[in-house]
Amino acid sequence: MPHGLWRAAARRLRGDRIACMALALIAAIALLASFAPLLTPWSYDSLDWQHLAQPPGTTAAHWFGTDRLGRDLFVRTLLGIRLSLLISLAASALSVGIGLTWGALAGFAGGRTDEWMMRFVDVLYSLPYLFIVIILSTLLGRGSIGVLLLAIGAIGWLTTARIVHGQTLALKERGFVEAARATGLTGPAILLRHIVPNLAGTVVVYATLTVPQMILFESFLSFLGLGVQEPHASLGNLINAGAQEMESAPWMLLTPAIFLVLLLVCLNALGDGLRDALDPRER
Amino acid sequence: MLSAMACVMPSIPASVEAPPGVVPPLLELTGLTVRYATPAGPVTVSREVSLEVAPGECLGIVGESGAGKSQTFLAALGLLAANGRVSGSARFDGTELLSLSPRALDRIRGAGIGMVFQDPMTSLTPHLTVGDQLIEVIMRHRRLGRAAARRRALELLVHVQLTDAARRMQQYSHELSGGMRQRVMIAIALSGEPRLLIADEPTTALDVTVQAQILALLAALKREHAMAMVLITHDFGAVAGVADRVAVMRAGSVVEVGTAAQVLTAPREAYTRELLAATQPLAPCAPPARRGAPTLILEGVAVDFAVGRGWLRRRGRLSALRDVSLELAAGESLGVVGESGGGKSTLARAVLSLRRPSRGRVVWMGRELTQLPPADLRALRGELQMIFQDPLGSLDPRMTVGEIVAEPLAVHRLQLPRAARRAAVAAQLERVELPPALIDRYPHELSGGECQRVGIARAMIVEPKLLVCDEPVSALDGPTQRQIVALLERLRRESGVSLILVSHNLALVQRLCDRVLVLYLGRMMELAPAGVLGGAPRHPYTRELLAAVPLADPGLQPGRLRLTRPGEPPSPLEPPSGCVYRTRCPHALERCATEVPAWEDAGAGERVACHRWRELL
Repeated sequence: MPHGLWRAAARRLRGDRIACMALALIAAIALLASFAPLLTPWSYDSLDWQHLAQPPGTTAAHWFGTDRLGRDLFVRTLLGIRLSLLISLAASALSVGIGLTWGALAGFAGGRTDEWMMRFVDVLYSLPYLFIVIILSTLLGRGSIGVLLLAIGAIGWLTTARIVHGQTLALKERGFVEAARATGLTGPAILLRHIVPNLAGTVVVYATLTVPQMILFESFLSFLGLGVQEPHASLGNLINAGAQEMESAPWMLLTPAIFLVLLLVCLNALGDGLRDALDPRER
Repeated sequence: MLSAMACVMPSIPASVEAPPGVVPPLLELTGLTVRYATPAGPVTVSREVSLEVAPGECLGIVGESGAGKSQTFLAALGLLAANGRVSGSARFDGTELLSLSPRALDRIRGAGIGMVFQDPMTSLTPHLTVGDQLIEVIMRHRRLGRAAARRRALELLVHVQLTDAARRMQQYSHELSGGMRQRVMIAIALSGEPRLLIADEPTTALDVTVQAQILALLAALKREHAMAMVLITHDFGAVAGVADRVAVMRAGSVVEVGTAAQVLTAPREAYTRELLAATQPLAPCAPPARRGAPTLILEGVAVDFAVGRGWLRRRGRLSALRDVSLELAAGESLGVVGESGGGKSTLARAVLSLRRPSRGRVVWMGRELTQLPPADLRALRGELQMIFQDPLGSLDPRMTVGEIVAEPLAVHRLQLPRAARRAAVAAQLERVELPPALIDRYPHELSGGECQRVGIARAMIVEPKLLVCDEPVSALDGPTQRQIVALLERLRRESGVSLILVSHNLALVQRLCDRVLVLYLGRMMELAPAGVLGGAPRHPYTRELLAAVPLADPGLQPGRLRLTRPGEPPSPLEPPSGCVYRTRCPHALERCATEVPAWEDAGAGERVACHRWRELL
């Protein structure tokens, strides 16, 4: 649907050079990650006994070098990016979905309901989430991507819910919501037709800024050995493996680390650009 | 002693002629042009403005919003935004301001020129007490010690007739009313003993009664201190009582300059005449009182708000509306007037059950809205529609004009096919005189007047039987106000809709309404036919309201300003006993403090709540 405000936002975003560059880089990395297995004969777990722990540039066959087991680091890094991106996107979608629903319902309902729903969020906030993740993954089996998603998503939605809740409270007092009530719309109709569309800008911006947080969180869990397990690769466990060889084979650490930093910087820059584009007043 | 200020003022004849031009002007603008660099290219907000202000003279600057009135004077004082550029000359007491260093300019601002802005809330620092802010400015400008500065601050606050000045020194700006804040701003502006005071829309955000008080204060300051003044306003009524000369601005240029008497009574320019016409009291159209059976009945309606929410805090009760009873016939229109905080908007919302009354009954066509299940109430909302104060804010920013106007159809005319809906929307846009091309636009692309027309189209598309308008034009410019009033009048005539019009603008209410209800602190003071109320009000409060309306007549207005009485409504949390108006009433007796006046029938469809209305006739 062509929408004036979105069009204007897209125009402003195009004028933001940093955000555009970030978007282009993210797209390039994502494309590369998607088609990585087609570019080399290696797969993530194939071993090359001729080339163990080779630095990049020494053999034509392995562009980013190999690890101690002779696995190709190019393919492993790109597949790691793919997995990290997928997990973080899914976790962001999950947390935004739950957070939006929870926050908007609580804010719109108001009164006692609101009080209880938001106190529940406060309680969850105060639990030490790392312990929960550890307990969850021990109970349900380490390395299950489902558990990882659940763990990350279950933490992420709390902040979204708070932000959406605050926005909903502000929107509820706006004139057009009262106008909708005076028109005779039901509560759910007002929520869906007037509140949620006006939350969209905030939520889009927040979701964009959530993705890098989720990547970081996933990497963190994998680094601790709670996330993605060998032989599968994610940015986190690649960095973990690389860190152990840091002194003898620094490229094993640097390759995934450089990509992680690049992705985080680009995603944050894009989020900032989107925020400015969607609401130029908050600059 | 303070409350007597209005009476002790020397009674100099009102329309003193402007001093002849032998004295050199205090402020002299020559060919002042202000441009802003914007992404869309340079925008000229003020072009070739040449004006002068003599010592002790008050120059009124009148024009619509966007005429460049404020920008011209901000530019002269070096207060433009970063992308503003100014050319020409601005001389204050012989010194060229435009080429002055920021530090030298700082000295002139404050010590030579004081400024008062429209919104005193944003001009005062929230975390400092009123006294500390004033003391800080005094110490800076006058190089006084703290104790001396404190004494001076108190003097100044007394001077600007702030009630209870010693206690107010200890309060923060949010604890004061708008009128009190504006007095504090004036005191700050006066603290450097400036020779010129620039007041930019100083009364626009205030109630009509407080507006009159502030204007009277400005007039007294000018008279007693021979202080020169520039009064920037969109309202001819505001300049009539204070200004010696008046300049009319339009689109960045000065259209006409002359003495107040000449510009206001014999304007040379067509544009001035057009603006002046907008200030003339509107002739009541007064249709014959065709009063049939009442369609809307209010019985003892009261609305309370709980204040001090929380688990541990004490819960207070604010009585926003109390014991309101009235009847409205089909096709009749009722105006509701009073100062802000008087319960006008609460009444509008109680009528529509947008805010359920705490007590009392609202009966619409024999059905008691206060008892109706929510679904039935929603179904009835097709007959009861509303127009809001904030034209832009009442439209969903993510919807097109077409979607906004069609929304009531989706609730009340479900069976209407899509094509018919679009046709109905187009017909409504034509009815409110909006070009059909606007149907796919978004609210932020429209002007204030256009937004309000969209709001009216949205309300009228379901052909309501009662239209409640909450301050429908107060956010709009003079000429736009007139157009919207004319539109409402036409719609009322064509559709026979009943109207409840909430407004602080008595002239507007008299034009559009058959009867007028006066509210004070949520209580009914007087209910009378519009013509009678304008001519011979019975309640002292109604008289005070009428006396405060600024008239664009330089012969009458200065005298009226001098009769302005001090006082603001008390807190609705602790309303006075007996008659709530007694604390401001010049005729109050002991009895008024003990007995609540009855809602007496004064004959000829009039009702009044005053113990002494018979004697005061």
